[in-house]
Amino acid sequence: MFKTYQAIALSAVIASASIFAIERAQAQDEIYVPLFTYRTGPFSGSGIPIANGLHDYLAMLNERDGGIGGVRLRIEECETSYDAKKGVECYEAVKAKKPVIVNPWSTGTTLSLIPRASVDKVPVLSMAYGLSASADGETFPWIFNPPNTYWDGMSSILNYIGEQEGGLENLKDKKIGYVYLDAGFGKEPIPLLESLSKEIGFDLKLYPVPADNMQNQSSQWLSIRRDKPDYVVLFGWGALNPTAIKEAVKINYPRDKLISIWWPGEDDVRSAGPQAKGIKALNWHAVGADFPAIEDIRKHVVDAGKSKTDKAKVGEVLYNRGLYNSLLIAEAIANAQKITGKKVVDGEDVRRGLESIDLTPERLKELGLEGFAEPLKLTCKDHNGHKATFVQEWDGDKWVRITDPIDPLRDRVKPLLESAAKEYAEKNSGWPKRTEACDSPA
Amino acid sequence: MDILYSIFIDPFVQMVDAPDLLIQTLWEGLVSGVLYALIALGFVLIFKASGVFNFAQGIMVVFAALTLVGLFEIGVPALLALVLTVGVMYVLAVGVERVMLRPLVNQPDIILFMATFGLTYFLIGLGELVFGGNPKSMITQELYLPTGSVDFELLGGFVSLQKLDIAAALIASIMVAGLAVFFQKTRIGRALRAVADSHKAALSVGISLNQIWVIVWFTAGVVALTTGIMWGARSDVSFALQIVGLKALPVLILGGFTSVPGAIVGGLIIGVGEKLGEFYWGPLVGGGIESWLAYFIALVFLLFRPQGLFGDKIIERI
Repeated sequence: MFKTYQAIALSAVIASASIFAIERAQAQDEIYVPLFTYRTGPFSGSGIPIANGLHDYLAMLNERDGGIGGVRLRIEECETSYDAKKGVECYEAVKAKKPVIVNPWSTGTTLSLIPRASVDKVPVLSMAYGLSASADGETFPWIFNPPNTYWDGMSSILNYIGEQEGGLENLKDKKIGYVYLDAGFGKEPIPLLESLSKEIGFDLKLYPVPADNMQNQSSQWLSIRRDKPDYVVLFGWGALNPTAIKEAVKINYPRDKLISIWWPGEDDVRSAGPQAKGIKALNWHAVGADFPAIEDIRKHVVDAGKSKTDKAKVGEVLYNRGLYNSLLIAEAIANAQKITGKKVVDGEDVRRGLESIDLTPERLKELGLEGFAEPLKLTCKDHNGHKATFVQEWDGDKWVRITDPIDPLRDRVKPLLESAAKEYAEKNSGWPKRTEACDSPA
Repeated sequence: MDILYSIFIDPFVQMVDAPDLLIQTLWEGLVSGVLYALIALGFVLIFKASGVFNFAQGIMVVFAALTLVGLFEIGVPALLALVLTVGVMYVLAVGVERVMLRPLVNQPDIILFMATFGLTYFLIGLGELVFGGNPKSMITQELYLPTGSVDFELLGGFVSLQKLDIAAALIASIMVAGLAVFFQKTRIGRALRAVADSHKAALSVGISLNQIWVIVWFTAGVVALTTGIMWGARSDVSFALQIVGLKALPVLILGGFTSVPGAIVGGLIIGVGEKLGEFYWGPLVGGGIESWLAYFIALVFLLFRPQGLFGDKIIERI
């Protein structure tokens, strides 16, 4: 009997060792890409389509091309529930597995990871969210936030409002309301707004919405009814967006004067009913599935049952947002392979790959995404691109692009960003000076 | 001096200058308050019967609303879906009694409280597994709930009352009144109060604890469904509704954990108080004060009545 137990124990040890060895061998031939997602919790309405877009593009590359440069991607989701604390836990959990990049998908989590990234040699991609000042690659060599910062987005909205009023100078003495999630994300553009309010002369009214009051915003919208702002800018996420739109309808705030940053999805607006028609939001990429790369996603991932997405949601705005994020990840990995000549790249290589991103129209066409977004070029100094956006309008059924590209107020924003980056480095004593190699100085 | 003026004079000047906005704010506060009262009622029912603070009440609101909309989405007619959802809440009540409460009889209250944490996470998981995490729209019109608003001119301005809010206030009031009568006048209600006073004494006179628990959990489930429909119609049906459940805490602190009238009065005070506070005094500190103001109001009341407005005064021999 004793020998039997010994044999079983020995077999178990051998089996475990074999599995460990196989996993190790596999890990050596894979590129590990963790995805911080939130399919649960109060923000899952926004998190799910993004998580699906993120996953499906990378999964398509695995299925169609066998990965990137012949190396399969090991895609692993970590659930954060859009909780910064859980986001940091996810980061600590994945760190030991040598991720080549992390995507926090939360400004709060990003702010916590910024000091860790350079120490752990893991690049952080906070695509169009996070700390606006981290666009400065000289101060933040490990942080990337293309293609727009929140400050760019906010200034683009002001630029658009200025166009409606016949010039930015005509915003003087206008009243602009700002409805925002009272968290890191919503607070991010306030310094810029306050600065531009003084410079241009508009009256800024702030309407913070605490996270536990996202579904109960009547006070904020009653204040809007009292203050009568000429325009309202919305920075919402999760349940905040549909509730805000319903409240705007309720107080009969002119829908065409309500302009959101790029986060409302179709479901957010749809739930407000037909009266939501006319709501506007910024965007920088296409909506719809009429692209060869998305056709490939359908063929290799969605129809093959390897996606969690509802088929009808492929091509919706937040799905495509997640896709764009994964496009940047894939491009950074491909660049890293080219720069280093290695197949299996690490975080340091991918950081260089991110700094070398050059999505020209030709490259987008090659990737099956012709016309999907504006070209994007990142450099060692500029980790953002500060690209133009456009305004899309809800026509009662879908988002429709209604403007040409609108530039952010670069001349005004750039010095403020530089000064904010400098201030960040000064406030965090011992902030390291950049020593990382630069492959794309221009 | 300016600060004192902003705090003590200016808000009241605003109230006089724009009485229509004052009335609108009071109305919004009353509607919120009635809905807070509904959520608090779910907590009170279970606390009265078992002495347990049911942490799962918030997720029960989400689960009930998701079940209703989920059934409708798969083709069940709205009213039948409503009936079936009531059935699901009954099954849940029986399940909770059999699986959670019965094995924990005579355990310390904290054990039962922790069990409701477990129930919360079980319902979150089950809800996400069955219905997914995407937000859904409440089937307001299919349930024959009114939409649109009643607008009228008043005191030089205008007041706009959402028909849905009027319906919510009416339904919640009827429900609260019905429950009050149920507890005061019916045999089951009296049995429930007996259980609340002493499990052992209630058992000794032949009251079935198991039956009472099923009834209160089922009633709390129906209250959760009503709350889910009303809040869901005002925003959407998503797991974010769970957070609204936490709004019941200051209401309970204020009204007392064992009092049905306390839940109602507490809900109204918190609802009106936080709306007035946010609207008139919020701008002084940059706004967004609603979430802590409710607790502040409750704590001020606690200074004078530690057992809450209507809570039982506990006297223990030592």
